[in-house]
Amino acid sequence: MPRIALEPRFQVEYLSILDSDGNLDTALEPKLADKDLRSLYRAMLLGRRLDERMVRLQRQGRIGTFAPTKGQEASQLGSAFTLRPSDWMVPSFRETAAMIWRGWPIEKLLLFFAGHLEGGQPAPEQHDLPITIPVATQLPHAVGLAYAVQYRGDDVVVMAYFGDGATSEGDFHEALNFAGVWHVPIVFVCQNNQWAISVPLKKQTHSRTIAQKALAYGLPGIQVDGNDVLAVYAASREAVDRARAGDGPTLIECVTYRLGVHTTADDPTKYRTDEEVAMWERKDPLTRFRAYLEKRNLLEEGLEKAVDDEIAEAVRRFEATPPTDPLTMFDHVYAELPPDLQAQRDEMAARGQTPPAQPDATPTTGATPMRGQRLTRR
Amino acid sequence: MAKLNMVKALNLALFQEMERDGDVLVLGEDVGVDGGVFRVTDDLQRKYGSQRVIDSPLAEAAIIGTAVGMALYGLKPVCEIQFSGFAFQCFHQIENHCARYRMRSQGRFHVPMVIRMPYGGGVRALEHHSESEEQFYAHIPGLKMVVPSGPRNARALLAAAIRDPDPVIFFEAKSLYHAAKEEVPDESETLPIGRAQVAREGDALTLIAYGAMLRVALEAADVLRAEDGVAVEVIDLLTVSPLDRETLVTSVGKTGRAVVVHEAPRSFGPGAEIAASIMDGAFLSLEAPVRRVAAHDVPFVGFAREKANVPDVPRVVAAARETLAF
Repeated sequence: MPRIALEPRFQVEYLSILDSDGNLDTALEPKLADKDLRSLYRAMLLGRRLDERMVRLQRQGRIGTFAPTKGQEASQLGSAFTLRPSDWMVPSFRETAAMIWRGWPIEKLLLFFAGHLEGGQPAPEQHDLPITIPVATQLPHAVGLAYAVQYRGDDVVVMAYFGDGATSEGDFHEALNFAGVWHVPIVFVCQNNQWAISVPLKKQTHSRTIAQKALAYGLPGIQVDGNDVLAVYAASREAVDRARAGDGPTLIECVTYRLGVHTTADDPTKYRTDEEVAMWERKDPLTRFRAYLEKRNLLEEGLEKAVDDEIAEAVRRFEATPPTDPLTMFDHVYAELPPDLQAQRDEMAARGQTPPAQPDATPTTGATPMRGQRLTRR
Repeated sequence: MAKLNMVKALNLALFQEMERDGDVLVLGEDVGVDGGVFRVTDDLQRKYGSQRVIDSPLAEAAIIGTAVGMALYGLKPVCEIQFSGFAFQCFHQIENHCARYRMRSQGRFHVPMVIRMPYGGGVRALEHHSESEEQFYAHIPGLKMVVPSGPRNARALLAAAIRDPDPVIFFEAKSLYHAAKEEVPDESETLPIGRAQVAREGDALTLIAYGAMLRVALEAADVLRAEDGVAVEVIDLLTVSPLDRETLVTSVGKTGRAVVVHEAPRSFGPGAEIAASIMDGAFLSLEAPVRRVAAHDVPFVGFAREKANVPDVPRVVAAARETLAF
């Protein structure tokens, strides 16, 4: 009996259009209108400046723990940019820049990270799921949404975000498998930022790429330079168009880097070197895109100030949010309050001494640890 | 009106709810062509097609996880987990997401889905095919936990669960699937979730049970009437959570004595919550401590020893007599 070579005879592509030295592959350069290029850069800059502001707000105790996006702006915006408002976006917990692009008001996200669930409530017509914290568990939801889209015959695509660490979770594999079997209109966007808290990619998977994991499920997978917004856009455009045309799911691996902390409760000096961070700083997605726009004469004067003003206004609105009534904790447990829960609510109302929760009422002495983090003082 | 066993009655509910509402769909392992390993979903795929009655890949977490996504989009998925013992592979999706989406999204989304699971012993099965785990779900805010005790209430409660805007865990006692036939009206009917029923009236003691244990409680009541001449009131919970405390308290207010029967291990089980509720609501009526007759606090014992572990009529009768004599 012979041994016969079967599938897979596959290849995994790596896509880069604008590299960190500013070299541009003009053959692959996407045809984006000037206004689109400008709004992409603005959104990336807003993501960066807000991120930096949020770290300061957290250090001052005005918001709680959050997961900064710094360094991942191109991965998030190059992909989210290809969605229509009627498409669905399914975030994990590090997609602040993409969420703002999708229409989440800045003050709402601040409210969320200040411990108020109101901040996690999508607007009535917004097709976005709220932040999901348990790693990879949002991916089956995204597949279910896409199944429902197909069941109803709607012209809608679902885009789901996750990190490199998530690809070790069962839910990631189950989601890709179901998506492949059901052939649903979904794009999986992995932001491979090299580190799952303190565990580097080489300890997370023995695969050469994350993109190739798609092939085991019968889907196309592509690896892109995640710090190259043009490459992320081009790969996402293709994947979204394919999903919309009924040609099924795609996995996009954006090779990027978390320039900051995992969360504000994290101290990365414990597990990675300054040299490594400096090396990735030279690949900063904003620097190269800015140079590209400069060459095309598309940079707007005073953009930094405009973006900072927008953030400052939002911070003011966030801090002016009236206190919430603790009794509202009973409002969204069930459609109708069961008698015993009504009794618990009445009991709280009768105590009547509960101080109203302030949006900024939690002066944190350190940061609240998140997912196995030790408390570090910085 | 036809005499149906519980399998046929549940199947009827699914047919009627799918007919009534095009958003209702069924997914799980072997639910399509095979009609489910217990045949509860028999012939649904033949009638409604493979897009609406989905033979999913074998992965509990994704069955529940994708159903959450479908429900967020406005569909009403009815999932089957083949045996409740396998639900720990999707427990995170149930606890982290099914139960919380209404809260997390502050009412923007809700998750109108049903998770059906065969539970309980008495069918000479392997490990993970015989356990009772209702206490885990009853403890989770945001979920409802329903356990019917016979064909007619199973049909009515499943219809109510499918129409309910909140996620419902629906436990089906395997030992009841073929145990008895009952007249089930042809027309669709529902029972309110969160309401217990007085299955038999009495004044000497209240026996509280649900699911497969209802029959045990009723037989124990027969023995106590015949041998001790006492009239025992039997309450069929039907819904474990939210618990119908009012019916419990009213009954114990009358009888002054209560014994709770369940198949789940005793410690931290539903019996503890029921006993505490009776203490809260009927303390001054109590003539004796509330007793619990439950499985022992041991992992699966193998079906050769199952009879010694799961409550049976003699154990319930003995506990009732001790309570009456207290």
